[in-house]
Amino acid sequence: MGKQVTITVDGKTISAGEGEMLLWTALDNDIYIPHLCSERNEKETPASCRLCFVEVAGRPAPVPACTLSVSEGLVVKTRSERVDALVAAGFELLMSNHRLDCKNCPANGKCELQRIAKARKLRLKPKNLPILDKGLPVDDSAPGIVYDPNKCVLCGRCIRACRRSGNSILGFTSRGFERVVATFGDLPLGESGCQGCSDCAEACPVGALSKQA
Amino acid sequence: MASNTQPAVVYAALKEQAVQNRDKLFEKPLIMIGAATCGRAAGALKLVEEIKNELNRLQLEANVVEVGCMGHCYAEPIMVIYNEGFPPMAYGNVNEGVGARIVRDYLTDGDPGYEFALVALEPNDFFPTFSDFPRGVHENKIVLDQCGFIDPQNIEHYIATGGYSALVKVLEADPGEIIETVKASGLRGRGGAGFPTGLKWETCRNAGGSPKYLICNADEGDPGAFMDRTILESTPHSLLEGMTIAGRAVGSEKGYIYIRAEYPLAVERITQAVQQAREKGLLGENILGTDFSFNIEIFQGSGAFVCGEETALLASMEGRAGIPTHKPPFPADAGLWGKPTVINNVKSFSYVPHIMNNGADWFKSIGTEKNPGTAIFALAGKIENTGLVEVPMSTTLNELIFEVGGGIAGGKQFKAVQIGGPSGGCMPESALETPIDFDSLTEAGAMMGSGGMVVLDEDDCMVEIARYFLDFTQKESCGKCTFCRLGTKHMLDILERITKGQGRPEDIDLLMELAARVKEGSLCNLGKTAPNPVLSTIRHFRDEYDAHINEGRCPSLMCKDLIAYYILPDKCERSCDACVGSCPVEAIFSNEDRIKVIDQEKCVKCDSCKVACPPQYAAVVKLSPPSEVAAREQGEGVK
Repeated sequence: MGKQVTITVDGKTISAGEGEMLLWTALDNDIYIPHLCSERNEKETPASCRLCFVEVAGRPAPVPACTLSVSEGLVVKTRSERVDALVAAGFELLMSNHRLDCKNCPANGKCELQRIAKARKLRLKPKNLPILDKGLPVDDSAPGIVYDPNKCVLCGRCIRACRRSGNSILGFTSRGFERVVATFGDLPLGESGCQGCSDCAEACPVGALSKQA
Repeated sequence: MASNTQPAVVYAALKEQAVQNRDKLFEKPLIMIGAATCGRAAGALKLVEEIKNELNRLQLEANVVEVGCMGHCYAEPIMVIYNEGFPPMAYGNVNEGVGARIVRDYLTDGDPGYEFALVALEPNDFFPTFSDFPRGVHENKIVLDQCGFIDPQNIEHYIATGGYSALVKVLEADPGEIIETVKASGLRGRGGAGFPTGLKWETCRNAGGSPKYLICNADEGDPGAFMDRTILESTPHSLLEGMTIAGRAVGSEKGYIYIRAEYPLAVERITQAVQQAREKGLLGENILGTDFSFNIEIFQGSGAFVCGEETALLASMEGRAGIPTHKPPFPADAGLWGKPTVINNVKSFSYVPHIMNNGADWFKSIGTEKNPGTAIFALAGKIENTGLVEVPMSTTLNELIFEVGGGIAGGKQFKAVQIGGPSGGCMPESALETPIDFDSLTEAGAMMGSGGMVVLDEDDCMVEIARYFLDFTQKESCGKCTFCRLGTKHMLDILERITKGQGRPEDIDLLMELAARVKEGSLCNLGKTAPNPVLSTIRHFRDEYDAHINEGRCPSLMCKDLIAYYILPDKCERSCDACVGSCPVEAIFSNEDRIKVIDQEKCVKCDSCKVACPPQYAAVVKLSPPSEVAAREQGEGVK
């Protein structure tokens, strides 16, 4: 174990392992920071969901906590007007592109989006932005797994889970707004060589990939 | 092991031979033709062929050499003739017929063809030179100095004019000294951000880890920008020399040039240049007999704009998708394959040989204290003299556009200038006195960028311009991070709505809010700067947004959904049928007074009738909002 350092998060003095990413230190100390894309045991963080912003004393702009390595004397605020506005905007953008159907969603009750909305008092339904539904077909071709790309927030957790399982069936394809999690050659999961381990569904924080009942 | 004392001796021999060979060119009349991409687009290759044919026909002896671009792209194809009796003359807009005639008259009758000449290239009593024009007064060419005057396919032309002498100097110097000189010169990265080049080199030199890599970012992709392309096509060896010096400075033996595949001629020129430099021992193992080795490889990008962002560029070189990653780590600490890597723009590297030769103080004497040196701009859009210019930093926009660039094309009114491409901003007339440098432009809400400058006139709708640039960045977004992927999409949707007359009063606030968040929240600089054109046009041209939203009117008469074509009854000649014949959808008919009238239901707003109507009548006009047509028809009694 590395050197322990003392940092301050929201006025609370915390002892943490030097070099650890602040996101995990905060979560370990019961300070919730919204996050979708980062995973503790992965070497690299994508820093792509843009929800874990915090304010750091001495830095001009909010920083994603998943990329902020902890060092002695670090002073962080997880909430401020600026952070809250930025997180709210990022969340609203994501929700404008998430097919909202909590009642019928297998992730209902354990959905990370619901958790974020609750923690930060944000609406699930975007207030100012129209819904940008991708209108893609739902894929239930693989036994035991349903994939609804219209719910996907592109955090990439399923891709990494699939890779860890040794299968590497899933990956990102296309660019910009069209970016999507898909199989090689865009084959339906059932024809892709998917082994049906459903690690992806376990990993999905928002119910885009789920185990079929 | 090779001795380290001989580079000057080896170089002297190379130079002597190069000078001898180049001087042979002048034993006969020398005809140089600008055949970079801009010249070729204007027909330079046909001109070369025709000149050779003409020489054959006339049984005349002359050397014909294809050179690069001297920056006067508006006058392409450009031909230069060195012939006894007159100073060398440059001719502009030379088509095959004119070219053959100039050659014939000049080489057989000694008539230098003043009527086709742009300038004389050396001071003389016969004909004006570049310095007799405002552009020549303002311009101070360092990097572009040799562009269009040497053969980019022949390394000896570069060597003969002193090329690679800076490399010889630094081979004898301590690498630390090179970095000190670059630091002292105050050179800032010309890729757009203006980061001090010397500091970047020092960070990389001091970073642990080896090997170290050097990358030249030649993934120039801004709409309207062609600075790097021209340098690569016109004087590729200044880049190679600059990179080799940088390699020596940071302790790297391997450099890459990341160049977009859409620049086939530049790829060809630079590949050939690398080959020739190797053959002369100026690149490769044991350069000029020293123990310093440095190799350069060409890497072709596959067409993604975002690969100009350095972390995406590295990902693409490593065989991954060209998608940015979080910084830090910065490439100078952990770049290509995780090793310390210097990434600089074509222009940044190309300044280096000049700084080594002339010293840091010389460089600092040009421009301003914090922004030393020159700025290289590609002038495009509604400007009289499109082309590539190099002016000292702190030249004002006014001087650049109206004196160097010759003002607005076609006598129209200046409206704005977009600097820094899709990441930059629009500057209105009131900002024309802004000096061009990294800090002043950023302060004024634009940015230096890598040097693209698009001039806009009264016919350009600023909402449409903002939409155009956002459409570009939105399509080029990699889609990785939330703000850029979805934020730019929503912003584009709103702008499209406004240009179609479906804007809502709250749209401007929403746009500004989204823009602020996308700037703050995006992962890389593509997203962080994408809202700039929107923000700057709202800031300076709010009235145009308001007209679109509140009145359904496009003041510049550009947005198709907000205009209608109308034939002025008192101007219509009646017996002329030009507009009727030009209309592809038969929307124009003659009424009982034989005045031509447009059936608005049928009209597809293709502009053909406006073009077809003879200028002496100029009866076809655009009106906005379209409802104006009915009002005018009623007022003017059109049936």
